[in-house]
Amino acid sequence: MNPTLSPRSVAVRLLALLCALGLLAAACGNDDTDDVEGPGAELPDGDAGGDVVLLSHDSFQISDDLVAAFEESTGYTLVLRPSGDAVEALNQAILTVDNPQGDVFFGVDDATLSRAFSHDLFVAYEAVGLDRVPESLRLDPENRVTPIDHGPVCVNYDAEWFDTQGLDVPAGLADLADPAYADLLVVQNPASSSPGLNFLMATVAEFGDDGWIDYWSDLRDNGVEVTSGWTEAYYSWFSGPSSDGDRPLVVSYGTSPPFEVPDADDLPDEGPTGVIDSTCIRQVEFAGVLANADNPDGARALIDFLLTDEFQAEIPMSMYVFPAVDTVELPDIFTRYAVSPDEPYHLDPDRIEENREDWIGEWTDVVLR
Amino acid sequence: MDRRGAALSAPATRQRSPTPRLGIAVSLGLAAIPLAFLAVFFVLPVASIIDLGLRPDGTWELGVVGDVLGDPALRGVVWFTAWQAVVSTALTLAVALPVSYALARFEFRGRRLLQAAIMVPFVLPTVVVATAFLALLGPAGPVSGPLGSLFGSAPLDLRHTLTAIFIAHVFFNVSVVVRVVGGLLEQLDPRLEDAAASLGAGRARTAWEVLWPLARPAVWSAAGIVFLFTFTSFGVVLILGGPRYATLEVEIHRQTALLLDLPVAGVLALIQLVLVAGLLAFGARRQQSAAVQQPLTAPSGAARRPDTWPERLFLTGSLGALALLLGAPLATLISRSLRTPDGWGLGWYRMLFDEQASVLSVAGIEAVENSLRFAVVATVVAVLVGASAAVVVARGRGVVSRSFDVLLLLPLGVSAVTVGFGFLISLDTPPLDLRNSWILVPMAQALVAVPFVVRVILPVLWSIDERLREAAGVLGASPARVWREVDLPLVARAIGVAAGFAFAVSLGEFGATVFIARADTPTVPVAIVRLLGRPGPANIGQAMALSTILMVLTTASLLAISRLRPRAVPR
Repeated sequence: MNPTLSPRSVAVRLLALLCALGLLAAACGNDDTDDVEGPGAELPDGDAGGDVVLLSHDSFQISDDLVAAFEESTGYTLVLRPSGDAVEALNQAILTVDNPQGDVFFGVDDATLSRAFSHDLFVAYEAVGLDRVPESLRLDPENRVTPIDHGPVCVNYDAEWFDTQGLDVPAGLADLADPAYADLLVVQNPASSSPGLNFLMATVAEFGDDGWIDYWSDLRDNGVEVTSGWTEAYYSWFSGPSSDGDRPLVVSYGTSPPFEVPDADDLPDEGPTGVIDSTCIRQVEFAGVLANADNPDGARALIDFLLTDEFQAEIPMSMYVFPAVDTVELPDIFTRYAVSPDEPYHLDPDRIEENREDWIGEWTDVVLR
Repeated sequence: MDRRGAALSAPATRQRSPTPRLGIAVSLGLAAIPLAFLAVFFVLPVASIIDLGLRPDGTWELGVVGDVLGDPALRGVVWFTAWQAVVSTALTLAVALPVSYALARFEFRGRRLLQAAIMVPFVLPTVVVATAFLALLGPAGPVSGPLGSLFGSAPLDLRHTLTAIFIAHVFFNVSVVVRVVGGLLEQLDPRLEDAAASLGAGRARTAWEVLWPLARPAVWSAAGIVFLFTFTSFGVVLILGGPRYATLEVEIHRQTALLLDLPVAGVLALIQLVLVAGLLAFGARRQQSAAVQQPLTAPSGAARRPDTWPERLFLTGSLGALALLLGAPLATLISRSLRTPDGWGLGWYRMLFDEQASVLSVAGIEAVENSLRFAVVATVVAVLVGASAAVVVARGRGVVSRSFDVLLLLPLGVSAVTVGFGFLISLDTPPLDLRNSWILVPMAQALVAVPFVVRVILPVLWSIDERLREAAGVLGASPARVWREVDLPLVARAIGVAAGFAFAVSLGEFGATVFIARADTPTVPVAIVRLLGRPGPANIGQAMALSTILMVLTTASLLAISRLRPRAVPR
């Protein structure tokens, strides 16, 4: 009944195995083994100016080359802290406004701008290069936030499906409630999803305070499907080429279609998915210097950097949105298949902040109950 | 237990008698480790965020409690949360208990592999598994079509139904029962059953009168964890149940992370805490009183080849059900990872090594390295904390011991977002300025892993026959020596199982990690979810490839850890 292996040697071997796994992990990766060290273990500050910490949502991207370029030109060390989706990340920043985790926050948009301002999250800074951003994206005259990119939320369609069925692609929001398009649309719950909320706002902008509820009641009768998040709407209900579903219409972004083109070297006239231009609602993303930042100088330098041509040019393929500086050359695949309509729907940020919860509540009553 | 049943079990087992308590100093010393850990990484953050919600300006504002309790919609959420958890737990036990028995008692080819692979569902992010389930349960899936035609109707669409929620809950939690209950079953002396059989008891009767009483503490233990998991279910309910179903966890996430309505979030977190603690206290009582001391055998000594056809049938049946439940969704994921625009191939896997092709800040494969490193640290911490806690609970008595037991489980019953947001406001000033430290990731993972470690070790500690300890004491062994020579050998196996559990839990943790992992060190689940947040075949392809790698990694790690178990001496 006694084991031949003493318990102590089991424990030793267990520890050894765990260490071995750890070593293996270290060995099979790259040689830069101190990237999990705490900030305390990083380079001594010296003249370098120290860390600049960028708080953001999970979708923020920057290439290693550009990080190196920023650090070389400014002497600061860039630390990235993504945490959850856009709303989660913003609320964490608001929660810690008195003792922020970083110096810059990236990822406020039209829908959340007023909330950020009402908590005095940012201090004003007029970025170098702001004059290169079109007036239509500069929503804050006081420059507490700086526009960095924009990516409209729009209904996407599966081109092949409509071709096969011999059906015209819906022309706009009103068509989506037409029985000819019954059971074809999937949207996200505005209570849990940011594109879902934007699409709800688009319908408020189109049909007004009096009409949007009736419109949604029609959509419901017409068989709209509601999912909790973007991922399952797009990958599990939508019928596009990389998806498993059977519905040819989905709420996504004006910039989604380029990424469905199978071969970047052989671009067809029409992509496998497309955007219904007239359904788009503007979504501008901003960055700002956090009030109470430890390193406000570094924060300002970072904001400037985010508006440089180098960074702006990288935005389409890394963050899947349009750069705010419109003189930057877009990749071919983007100019062909992505859509940024001239006059998207938009709502005033203050009006959004005032009504958001009511809209979501009324929407829930009409669509889900 | 009737007379004959008592006769069967009496010679080998007896009811638990009060065990001699450890010396006060030793107890306190052992208890200090888990207490300190829980105080810093659980009690402090959770208390801080609730306090901020209910006492925003230094005075208690309790009006919101009435508002929340008076809201019929929220009462509905509480009711749904509770009953779906009860049903899910019952269904999970119904599926998992036969499997646990089959895996513990019968030797067959691939048994070790299966025991390791069964943990795979546990580490996969919900959103990935949900993708597979949505494909399987949709109108075009292999489940719904035939099922629909069976009833002469159109293909059934099971997406966004309660059925989908229940199936997924069983999928995710079968491994918990199999590991916790199987861990104990493997160490039960099979001669008890042989004796029952030779005295003429049928199979069912032996199971009911001999096995069930002995295994009961482990079953309670496992049921407690499954209940907690399904009570706090988040992703499954959101994605598979759809927007019409909400658990307390979903509502807490919404109020905290999306609305930042801390007063309401605080009340909801308190309600969840009270309900969970109450139910756990009830369970802990049942579990403690159910414990039976018995001679435990070295593991694997109990397994043998099935030699009658009912045994073979039972084995095939339970493993077949398991293969269908676990195999179908996992096979869907694997096949998706191999499907490229150019046909079947390893294209997405190759892409994981290419930093330029990734929407992550790093090449996808680096996430694997990060995950392994964090999981190693988390496992060491969880085993250290969990094992010392288990000893304290097992050797203690009454209310104090039971309360401690409940406290240890509570982290599983509290929303990850409550803990995550709590970290932000409580661990932000020296000496506990840990928000930007890498150590927070493995600590958050260990917090989730500790309850498993305790649950696995505790039933074994309780089952150790006190007479062994007494005998050693009579022979002059000091308490420390008794522990080393009596308890430890029997517990060593459980510690191995617990370490495997902790490792898997750490590999899979997402809820808290997503808030604290740095951009350059994403873990595999965080990387997968980031990939699935982007459109296009390259992103979903890489997400599926990374999921498959996570499956293989989990199976391989657990297989390696299980090799460490002590071998049985031939009897």
